[in-house]
Amino acid sequence: MNSKVMDIKKIEVWDGNMAASQAFRQADVDVVAAYPITPSTPVVENYATFEANGYIDGEFVMVESEHAAMSACVGAAAAGGRVATATSSQGFALMVEVLYQAAGMRLPIVLAQVNRALAAPLNVNGDHSDMYLGRDSGWINVSTFSPQEVYDLTLCAFKIGEHLDVRLPVNINQDGFMSSHTAQNVRTLDDKTACDFIGPYQAVNAMLDFSKPVTHGVQTEEDWHFEHKAKQHDAMMRSRKVIDEVFAEFKALTGREYKAVESYGMEDAEVAIVAFGTTYETAKIVVDNLKKEGIKAGIISPRIFRPFPLEDIAAQLQHVKAIACMDRSAPGGSVGALYNEIAGALFNSPARPVLSNIIYGLGGRDMTVSTLTEIYKDLVKEAASGKLNGTIQRFVGVRGPELTYYNA
Amino acid sequence: MLEIRWHSRAGQGAVTGAKGLASVVAETGKEVQAFAFYGSAKRGASMTAYNRVDDKPILNHEKYMKPDYVFILDPALAFTDDFTANSKESTKYIITTHLSKAELIAQIPEIQGMEDRVFVLDCFGIALDTIGRAIPNTPMLGAFIKVSGMFEVAEFQESMKSVLGKLSQKIIDANMVAIERAYNEVN
Repeated sequence: MNSKVMDIKKIEVWDGNMAASQAFRQADVDVVAAYPITPSTPVVENYATFEANGYIDGEFVMVESEHAAMSACVGAAAAGGRVATATSSQGFALMVEVLYQAAGMRLPIVLAQVNRALAAPLNVNGDHSDMYLGRDSGWINVSTFSPQEVYDLTLCAFKIGEHLDVRLPVNINQDGFMSSHTAQNVRTLDDKTACDFIGPYQAVNAMLDFSKPVTHGVQTEEDWHFEHKAKQHDAMMRSRKVIDEVFAEFKALTGREYKAVESYGMEDAEVAIVAFGTTYETAKIVVDNLKKEGIKAGIISPRIFRPFPLEDIAAQLQHVKAIACMDRSAPGGSVGALYNEIAGALFNSPARPVLSNIIYGLGGRDMTVSTLTEIYKDLVKEAASGKLNGTIQRFVGVRGPELTYYNA
Repeated sequence: MLEIRWHSRAGQGAVTGAKGLASVVAETGKEVQAFAFYGSAKRGASMTAYNRVDDKPILNHEKYMKPDYVFILDPALAFTDDFTANSKESTKYIITTHLSKAELIAQIPEIQGMEDRVFVLDCFGIALDTIGRAIPNTPMLGAFIKVSGMFEVAEFQESMKSVLGKLSQKIIDANMVAIERAYNEVN
């Protein structure tokens, strides 16, 4: 724990950026190396303020780019320290090369990723383009829906990634502005409780352990590369057990429950939406409204995008008649990633719901209660007829002529 | 659910005001939300900030809002912003202006016939007299607690002191006077 304790209230009004900064501070991180970018800039600013005011015992390193930020994180983590950083969008894109290095070297770095659209055109607002860009990088990817969840799950991220059975970097995603710049009530833990929950950092093959010299990031070629990547995937798949355990431990401590797949109203749902981020919470309001009208609606979200909870999702969708998979990312010439994931999850199961793909909310375009209600009403028609109203994919909330693709 | 929309110019403290109000309201055990529309915000550009207040956790993340209260922090925005957009029959407007209520309403057709829902005060004059800078956010909060009846003025001032926290005692005291004057002067 940092030597100087910060006096925080049991309930603070924090935005998602402050929630991430405070979780970093309480985690007693050894090295934060960062290059700020909107909308994650305040994560770094807040942390620098804590450091300047004596609340951080670890190092805070300003670097010259996001590529350098993640490179410094890789170096510090390989040296044997607890490491974290924050970024968004173009910054994340610049980090991508080093993200794969971090995962392949099995370094449990924590990244506070504030999701933002990718240029061009330039846009600072929230969508999931950058989250999708990091999808196959070998990082555990967690989706959050509110500042409270950013705080809670950032604390959990250290404990999950650093677990000796996992040793993988963890990316905690939050929606740019909709979470990062939206202040809400956040139930906090005091510094000691938070730090004790995460526990001390356990170094593995630390480069600064001179009694046991090691090499990181070696060349393997055809003889060993495949075995390393297979082990890495296996660690990711096995991390699910640790994730569940950490979530259970967190619930015992705080009463706040997290699951690999979050769902609401799914017990008897006949129509369902699948979506990431803040849309999940807004949809809960719509589900409640629709239930009062007698419509059996539900919302479901993979809390962890990677490792993908394929079996859990398939199980929860077995009785659903019509599903809209909502991707907040430009699909670049195919159906959205979430549509593919859900279709893939259901293909080897008995369920054959009507499955559609909605592209929405790009560059921060608002997803309203009213639009979500219309989407559910369309699903009700599809559930009744047992077939799609139109095409598989459609864009919702975009101006201009209707954009629909792929006939069923 | 109580919803507020702030019309302001970037730099006039709407975001700080919205976050400050959220912090004070949270002290009373309520659930709060404060956010703003950014974009390529430049000092002086018209912008909006928002509050939601409820007894249960706030799940709504849409930016669309039908506000119960609309605050106008800059006198000119009453003439240039579409500040009655998405309004309800009961929406109340608190407008900073040096004009009298009758003079202001006479010039803005959108609020004619809403005399009982329009409230005015000179946040700029109050801020300049007390804090010494044309930052209208704390006077607007003083006016809001009068119009809404949500807090006693002394109770609100106490909570506001902890929100202003790290500022100098002189500035905190000046803000307290600004809140009280706004509370008494809004009409």
